[in-house]
Order: sequence, then C-alpha cells, then structure tokens
Amino acid sequence: MTRPRTVRLYGQMAEFASPHDLLAAAGAARSAGYRRLDAFTPFPIERLSETLGHRPSRVPMLVLIGGIIGALAGYGLQYWVSAVAYPLNIGGRPYNSWPAFIPITFELTILIAGIFTVFGMLVLNGLPTPYHPVFNVPHFALASRDRYFLCIESKDPKFDPESTRIFLEGLSPSGVFDVEY
Amino acid sequence: MEQTPGTGGPRAADPGRPPLIAPGYTSATVTDKISAVVLRGTPRWWFAAFGAAFLLVMLLLGTLGHLFLKGVGIYGVNIPVGWGWDITNFVWWIGIGHAGTLISAILLLLRQEWRNSINRFAEAMTLFGVACASLYPVVHLGRPWVLYWLFPYPSTMGVWPQFRSPLVWDVFAVSTYATISLLFWFIGLIPDLATLRDRAKSRFAQIVYGMLAMGWRGSARHWHNYESAYLMLAGLATPLVVSVHSVVSFDFAVGIIPGWHSTIFPPYFVAGAIYSGFAMVLTLAIPLRAIFGLKDFITDRHLQNMAKVMLATGLIVAYGYLIEIFMAWYGDNRFDVYMSLNRMFGPYAFQFWSLIACNVVVPQALWIKRLRRSPVFLFVIAIIVNVGMWLERYVIIVTSLHRDFLPSSWGMYSGTVWDYSTFVGSIGLFLALMFLFIRFLPMISIFEMRTILPEARVEEARK
Repeated sequence: MTRPRTVRLYGQMAEFASPHDLLAAAGAARSAGYRRLDAFTPFPIERLSETLGHRPSRVPMLVLIGGIIGALAGYGLQYWVSAVAYPLNIGGRPYNSWPAFIPITFELTILIAGIFTVFGMLVLNGLPTPYHPVFNVPHFALASRDRYFLCIESKDPKFDPESTRIFLEGLSPSGVFDVEY
Repeated sequence: MEQTPGTGGPRAADPGRPPLIAPGYTSATVTDKISAVVLRGTPRWWFAAFGAAFLLVMLLLGTLGHLFLKGVGIYGVNIPVGWGWDITNFVWWIGIGHAGTLISAILLLLRQEWRNSINRFAEAMTLFGVACASLYPVVHLGRPWVLYWLFPYPSTMGVWPQFRSPLVWDVFAVSTYATISLLFWFIGLIPDLATLRDRAKSRFAQIVYGMLAMGWRGSARHWHNYESAYLMLAGLATPLVVSVHSVVSFDFAVGIIPGWHSTIFPPYFVAGAIYSGFAMVLTLAIPLRAIFGLKDFITDRHLQNMAKVMLATGLIVAYGYLIEIFMAWYGDNRFDVYMSLNRMFGPYAFQFWSLIACNVVVPQALWIKRLRRSPVFLFVIAIIVNVGMWLERYVIIVTSLHRDFLPSSWGMYSGTVWDYSTFVGSIGLFLALMFLFIRFLPMISIFEMRTILPEARVEEARK
C-alpha cells in the first residue's frame, strides 16, 4: 500500500468467500468492540443485521402510516364528493352509502401503503446514492456476485488503520482493502 | 424477526423431491448464467421475433387510428350487445395478469421457494398483461379523449365521479394494481440491476444499469430494510390480487342482467384469473427455458407445480360453471333458466361447449402424471386453457346480453375485422414488451436464485 498520508479512509474492508465466514467475522468484530460495521452480500443473509447490531427496520411503521393515510383519504374523498360537493340521489341510497365506498377505500389503502413501502425503503436505505466510497474497492464488484464483505468504518471509535487491519487479517479473509473516499 | 420468510429465507431442502435448481451451481455460476442472457450480444432470432411482434403493434396502432377517426361503430357492438370483444379482451388480459402477483406475493408468503425462478418474468407478464388490458376499456369508450373524467379531479364543471358504480371502482382497482405490480417488479429488480451494473463490460450499459440500480450496494442495512419492504409489499399485494378480479366481476355481478347478477362471480372470476394466468406462465416458460437453456433453473418440477395449480383452479372454475347452472334451476327465475338453456343450446352453443371442452374436459388430463411431466403436452394444454378462458368471457358477456328480458330487444352479435385486429395487435404489444424485457433485464431473479443454493443455507451449517 503506497498511499499518501493525506488520503482519508472511509474504513477497511475484508473479503470472504462464504456467508458462514462472514457471519463468524461479523460476530467476532462485534465482540471485539467495533460498532460502526456494515456487511455487503449478494443476497440477504438471516441474522446478519442483528449480528452487526443494526436496529430493526422502520419500514413496517411506514407501511402502517401509509395505509392509514390511504384509508382516510380514500373514504374521505368519496364521502366529501358524494355527500358534500356533488350529492347525487342514486336509487334512493343515502349520500353516505358506505358499503359502496369500501372497494375504493380498500384500493387506496393498498396503493398509498405500497407507495410508502417502496419509497420508504429507498429513503431509509439512502437510495439513490450514485457515489459511495465502497465502490472504490475494485474487488467490490464481486459483492453482487459471490463475495461477502465486512467493512469497519473509520467513524468507529475503536478504528485505527493499523490495528483494525491486523484485526481483520486475523479473521482469515481472502483479502483486506482500504476503502478510500 | 426469527421467522421472517423474506425473499425465501434459507431452509432445509425437502428430501425425496427433485431440487429446485440443478446440482453443481454456485452463486457465481447462477449469476453468470442469468446475466449472460442480457449481457452478451443480441441473438439473431431476437430481431426476427421482435420485428414480427412490432409489426403487430403497428397493426394495433393502425386499428386504433381508424377507431379514433370513425368511432366505436367499427366494432360489432350495438344494442343489445354493448360489450363485445373489447371487454372480453380486457377481462382476459387482466386475468392473465393475476398469476404474476400470485406467484410473487402469495407464494412468497406461503414460503414456496420454487417461485424464485419464475416470479420475475411472471411479474413482467402481469405488467404487460395489465398494460394490454387497460387499453380496452379506454378505446371502447365512445370518447376516449375524455378518459380523465373517470378520475376524481376538481373540474371546472363541478362534476365528480359516481362512487357507487363498479365501473369507477374498476378504474381504482386496475390503476392500483398496475402501480403496485410495477413497484413490486421494480424493487425486485434493484439488486439484479446492481449485479448487471457490476458485470457489464460496456460503459453505456454500466451507466444505464447503474442509474437504475440507484447505487444499491447489497449492504446488510439495505437488505434488512429491503426484505422488510418486500414482505410488506407481498402482504399488501395478496389481498389486492384477490380484490382486483373481484371488482372486475362486480362490473357484471352488480348489473341485473340474467347470467351476470350472481354472487358466485367474485370467487369464480378470481379462480379463473389464476387459472388463465398460470396457463400463460406455462405458455411463456416452456419455450423460454428451451431457447435460453435455462432448464437447470426452471426445472420440470416447476412446470409440474404450475400444472397442479392449474388443475386445482380449473376445478374451481368448473365448479363455478356448475353452480351457475344449478342456481338458475334452483332459483326458479324464468329469466335465469332461459339464459342457462340459451347459453347451452342457443345460437352461441358452439362457443359454450368449446369453452367447456377447453376449460373443464381437456385439463383433466393433468391428473395423469406422465402427461404432467411432458413439457410439450403442458404447452399444448396451456394454450387450450388460454383459448378456453377467452371463450369463457366471451360467453359470459355475449350470451347474457344478447337475449335479456324482452324478446323485442333481442339481437345477435359477432366481432368485426377491427375487433380481430385490435386483439391480435394487443397480443403483438404484449409479445413486443416481453421480447424487450428478456433482452434487457434478467428474466430470472438472480438474487433470489442465490438464496436457494446450498451455500446460502447459513443457519443449518451453524447448528
């Protein structure tokens, strides 16, 4: 590594060949006291995010909020149109004929909840992010194929370029890389 | 969160069943094999196939141009039969669109991992099916250019939609379905787009796939939110898929026409939709896996599972036909009785009995294991079911309308050449979109295939 001293590090990254090694390494890093951790894998791995100490996802709460907004908006729209703005007498039915308003209320509940789900997921993941330091590691392209990466971020209080590198190398990875900004 | 099914979480393989993916594959080879279909050059046959489909799209556009100039008179519809091929095609296409969401959402919640190799192109099929379907109610409006009147918006005329009408429900159901299907399909694609971004050799492809992938890194944080969102969306899409065809059936069932006014319509329409949808998935999957050499991923077991779903839903549909006739007799309403007899023995008896042959009689062959195992045979059956389901909608619409209560208002109906060209043109549109899809996007979900590989079974290995 002949890098100038001035280059700031985003973190250091270890590459593993199997999800088992990655999970073991993630557990080891966590027990060693590292807190700013992330892993990169080609498919979702159960318990990985718990092992890394990430918080539970907030997507379900967004779905609930979206669903409530959709239901209220859907029914409210139909009530307001049919009973307030443009009351029509259809076969003597009440202006607020609620059973007939259920299908659209239901559809809008699903629609708004679904939109909240997808865009909420994107926002929580900070996407779109066209540039990210991890992409600077040439091997990182394999994270979407068959390689598993563990990254310790330089923001971690315990992070130190020398000792963290030694720690990562001790986890028997197939490679350790500096992630530069 | 221990039990999160997610996108098909790793679980023990069933012993004694053929595997969902041929042995010997790894995450790397699965990735390479599926992405190669997209990333290597365009095969020559693709241009011919896409070109043929594109010609049919031109036929569709020409027909629609003629329609917009002349009006709906060019179709065979008139009083009493005001809904002809247009609405038949609408219901047919939207029914086909139901299998995609069923496979993506319901089978995900039921932890049917075999869905992982067929969900992507079934979802694409859904989207394109819904695109073709939504064309029809619009073009058969007398004045398609005022389509936006169907939506609630503060118009200067102070007029609002009539929310007690199933036709307005339909607008909301179909547009919600199209939106949710698109979102579901797109979020399923994001990790695979990232794979294509990383594997593409040309700068242009890297930029396009990179922009679509939006910077997906496969981080554990990403996956955590992603799986949660995917599962939530599946939970939302499951009641949605049932509701959409129920609402479509309300278009009929809420009317008082004998042959339409029936409470069995919603369940029987939903079963019919799944039936025709699986038939279309088989129609597409069997040639696709042969052409692209994907028999290791879409195995005979997948085809057999789909055949079983088809057989089961086909029996529900057959039950629907039977109960309709039974209720006509049992209800002792003379108009219903006449409608049933007229359907079976009247001027459209040929269409009715063809539909029974296609949808009820022929698919019973699927009980025989040897036949269920033959892809060629399944392909033929699937085509027959597609035809049968089209005939079903035709019979429901035309035989019910053409003779209602008053003999003085009876009439006959048949489609015109413009009906045929619109229908053939919409098949062309569907195929053209499908060819574009298989050329530019991975037709099998790469990341979900990785999750069913032996190497992904992290939990068992730890025990």
